[in-house]
Amino acid sequence: MTAILIRNGHLVDPAAGVDAKKDILLKNGRVAEIAGPGKGKQANGAQGEEWTVLDASGLIVAPGLVDMHVHLREPGQSYKETIATGTAAAAAGGFTAVAAMPNTNPVNDSPETTRWMQTPERGAAVRVFPIAAATRGSKGEALNDYAALKAAGAVAVTDDGLPILKDNVMREALAAAARAGLSVIQHAEDTRLTNGGCMNLGPTSFKLGLRGMPPEAESSLVERDIRLVADLRDSRAHLHVAHISTAAALAAVRQARRNGLRVTCEVTPHHFLLTEEHVGKYNTHAKMNPPLRSAADRDAMIEGILDGVVDAIATDHAPHAAHEKQVEFERAPNGMTGLETALGLCLRWLHQEWKLPLGRVLSLLSAQPAALLNLKGRGTLAVGSFADVVVFDPKAEWVFRARDSKSKSRNTPFDGWTMQGKVRWTISEGRIAYASE
Amino acid sequence: MLRFWTLEAGPWTLNMNAAVAPARRPIQTPPIPDSPFPYHPGSLLSVDDLALDEVSRILERATALDREDPLQRARILAKRRVALLFYESSTRTRTSFELAAKSLGADTTLISSLSSSIEKGESLKDTGLTIKALGAETIILRHNSSGAPWLLEEATRLPILNAGDGMHEHPTQALLDLRTILAHFDPQSRSCHPELSKNRHPERSRSAAQNGEVEGSAFPIVHVTADTLAGVTVTIVGDIQHSRVARSNMRLLPRLGGRVVLCGPPQLLPEIATQTGPGVSIERDFEAALRQSTVVMMLRIQAERLAGLQLDLDEYQAGYQLTGERLREFAPRALVLHPGPIIRGLELTAGVADGPQSAIVEQVRHGVAIRMAVVERALGAIPQKDRL
Ligand SMILES: [Zn+2]
Repeated sequence: MTAILIRNGHLVDPAAGVDAKKDILLKNGRVAEIAGPGKGKQANGAQGEEWTVLDASGLIVAPGLVDMHVHLREPGQSYKETIATGTAAAAAGGFTAVAAMPNTNPVNDSPETTRWMQTPERGAAVRVFPIAAATRGSKGEALNDYAALKAAGAVAVTDDGLPILKDNVMREALAAAARAGLSVIQHAEDTRLTNGGCMNLGPTSFKLGLRGMPPEAESSLVERDIRLVADLRDSRAHLHVAHISTAAALAAVRQARRNGLRVTCEVTPHHFLLTEEHVGKYNTHAKMNPPLRSAADRDAMIEGILDGVVDAIATDHAPHAAHEKQVEFERAPNGMTGLETALGLCLRWLHQEWKLPLGRVLSLLSAQPAALLNLKGRGTLAVGSFADVVVFDPKAEWVFRARDSKSKSRNTPFDGWTMQGKVRWTISEGRIAYASE
Repeated sequence: MLRFWTLEAGPWTLNMNAAVAPARRPIQTPPIPDSPFPYHPGSLLSVDDLALDEVSRILERATALDREDPLQRARILAKRRVALLFYESSTRTRTSFELAAKSLGADTTLISSLSSSIEKGESLKDTGLTIKALGAETIILRHNSSGAPWLLEEATRLPILNAGDGMHEHPTQALLDLRTILAHFDPQSRSCHPELSKNRHPERSRSAAQNGEVEGSAFPIVHVTADTLAGVTVTIVGDIQHSRVARSNMRLLPRLGGRVVLCGPPQLLPEIATQTGPGVSIERDFEAALRQSTVVMMLRIQAERLAGLQLDLDEYQAGYQLTGERLREFAPRALVLHPGPIIRGLELTAGVADGPQSAIVEQVRHGVAIRMAVVERALGAIPQKDRL
C-alpha cells in the first residue's frame, strides 16, 4: 500500500491533545508516525518506497470526521442515493466514517443486510457503519438479535424515522442493547402528539395553515426514555437521543447527565442554525423531522453545544429526489442532505461566529461521535489509529452550490450559503477518498 | 438577530459538572432569506403581498369595472385565456371568478378534480405546466393543501390567483369583505351602517357615474390607508383554526387600522392565533365580543369537525350561534358578514341571515367586482390612472 506523508500541516487532534505543526506519515492504512516538520525518522529514512507527499502548508490536518446519523437509502431507494454516492458526498465533506440508519427498504433488521451494506461491491468511498433496527421491521414490537447484529458490524440500534413508543419495548431494547454493548438511538417523537403535523407547532404553523408538531412530542418521549434508563441504572444502558431539537428535551438530557446517567445526544447543523421561519413560503427543503423549531429552541441548541451538553454534531443526511420535494408542503417527505455542508457551517458559525475553539468543533465532529459509537482507532490520529484524515483550509470562504453536490439529491436549504473552511483532501484508511481541484 | 445569553465555557468531554465563570456574549444567528415570491407581479397569493396602494388600486378598479358598460368591459380581456384549477368543490368562488373573467371578455376553462380531468396521480407541478402549455395566461387555483399556489407559481411562473389554499388564505374573500365593510362605513362616526347599502346600490351609482357626478363620500371608499379602519372592530366567530377566510382577514384588516377580535372555543381557536400579527386578540365570550363589534363575521361550522374534536353541537350553538336576540341585545348596529355557504340554524339563525343587519348576499356581489379587478391585474390589463 502506498504511504502518504502529509507535510507542514497544523495537526489538530483533540482526543490526543495535539494542536501543533506536525508531519504525519500514513502507512498500511494506519497512522505510522507523527513528528515535527521535517523531523520524522521513518519519513526521512524511507528508501525505495512509493510515496505520496501532500503539502499541507497553511492547512489544518485533523482526524477524519464521523457522522453518526446518515441515510444512504440502500438497499431499496437507490434513486435517492446509493452507498457509493452518499459516501462520495461524505468524503467531499471531510467525513471518513458514516453511520447508516436502518430505515431502508427492506429495513435493516438483519445481520445479512448489515453485512451487505459493508461489502466492497457497494463502492463506498469511506467507511460505512450500519446502525441496525432496534425492532423487527422497525415496527416497535419485537426486538432484534442485538448480539448477532453487532457481530455483523452494527454499531448501535435504532428505529430512526420512527420512535420506539411502547414503554416495555423501549425498556427491553435498552437492557438488551446494554448486554450486547450497544446504545439505543431514539428518534424521540411521540407520534400520538405529532399526528398529521408537518412543521413545528407555533405561531408560524398557524400563520401558514399547516398542522404543527408540538415540542412536547419530543421532550415527553426523551423524559420517558430517561426514566427507563434510570430504572435500568445497573445495566449500563446507554440512551442516545438523535437529532435533539427542543430546549425542553435538551434540559432533560442535561439533568440526566447531572444525575450520572448514560444519556447522550446529537444536534444537526440545521437545528442549531435555522428556525421555523426558514420554512418561508412552504420551502420543502426546510421540511424535516424533527422540524425546524422556534428561535428559543434553536438558541438552546447553540447554548448546549457551547456549554458541552451536546455530545456530537450529526447531519441526518436525508436525500430525496427532486420530484419528491416539488410537491405540496404537507405531502413532501422529511429531510435534507447535509454531508457536504456540515464542516463549512460548523466552522463558519460555531467557530468563527460563536468562538467555539477549533479543537472542540472538530471533536464534536469526530472524536465524540466515534466514542459514542465505540469506533476503535477512529476520531483520533494517534500513532496506530486508522489513517482517516481530513485536511482543510480553515481560511477559505466559499459558497455551497447544491448542483455541485456529490450526492444524488439536492434537497438542502443551505444552497448558496457561505461556508468557512474548504476540504483539500479526505483520506480514508490511507487512501485519498477526495481531493479538491 | 442579536441576542444574549450566559455562556458556560465547559469541557468538551462528557463531564458536565465543571462550572466555569459565565461570560455574556452577543450571538448573531443566520438571517431569514428574502422570499422570492411572488415571481409574477400579477399574482395574488396572499394579502401580505399587497401594499396598501395596491389594495386601493384593486378597490378602485373593482368599482370602476362594476360601473362599466358591460359591452365596453367585455373588451378589456377579450380572448385572453384564464384557467380555473379547482381541487376542491366550490360553487360560490368558482362561479364568481368565472363570471368575473367572462365579463371582462376572457375565455375561461375549468379543470376540476371532481370532473376527473385532472389526471390521476399527476403532480400539481405537471398539471400546471400542462395548463400553461395549452395557452393559459393565468391560473386561478383552489387547493386543499396550504401553500399550493406558491408551488404552482414557482413551477409555471404564471400569474397565480389564490382562490383558497388549505387552511391558509383566501385573499379575494378578504378583499371582498373589505369592500363590503367600506360600502357601509361612515368615516365620521367610525361605524358601519347596515342600512347604507340601500342607498349605495350599484344601479344608483352607475347612473350617478354616467351623469358625471362626483360621488364624494357617498360611494364606498376606495383609497385606503393605515388608519382607514381606525376604531373599527371586526369580530370573527367560529372555526378560526381551519379557516383561510379568517387568516386572510386577520392579516389584511389590521393593516388598515382595524381591530380583529377572534371568538370561539379553544379547540377551534388556539391561543397562538393572536401571535400571528398585531391588532388581533381573542375574546372567548361571544356576547362580550359582540358588544365591541362594528362588524361580525360568522364562519361556517362543519358538524363533522365538531364531532371529531368531541365538541357538542348543542353546546357550541348555545355559546356561539348568532341569534336575533343576541344581535338585538349586544350588537344592534353591527354589520353581519358570512363568507358562505351558510348553514341556517347552525352558526346563525335564518332570521339573522335574512335580517336588516345582514350583508351576506351583498358580499357575493362585491366578490364579482373584486375578482374582475384581480383577474384584470393578473393579466396586466390595468389601464393607467388617467383612463379612469
Ligand atoms: Zn430521525
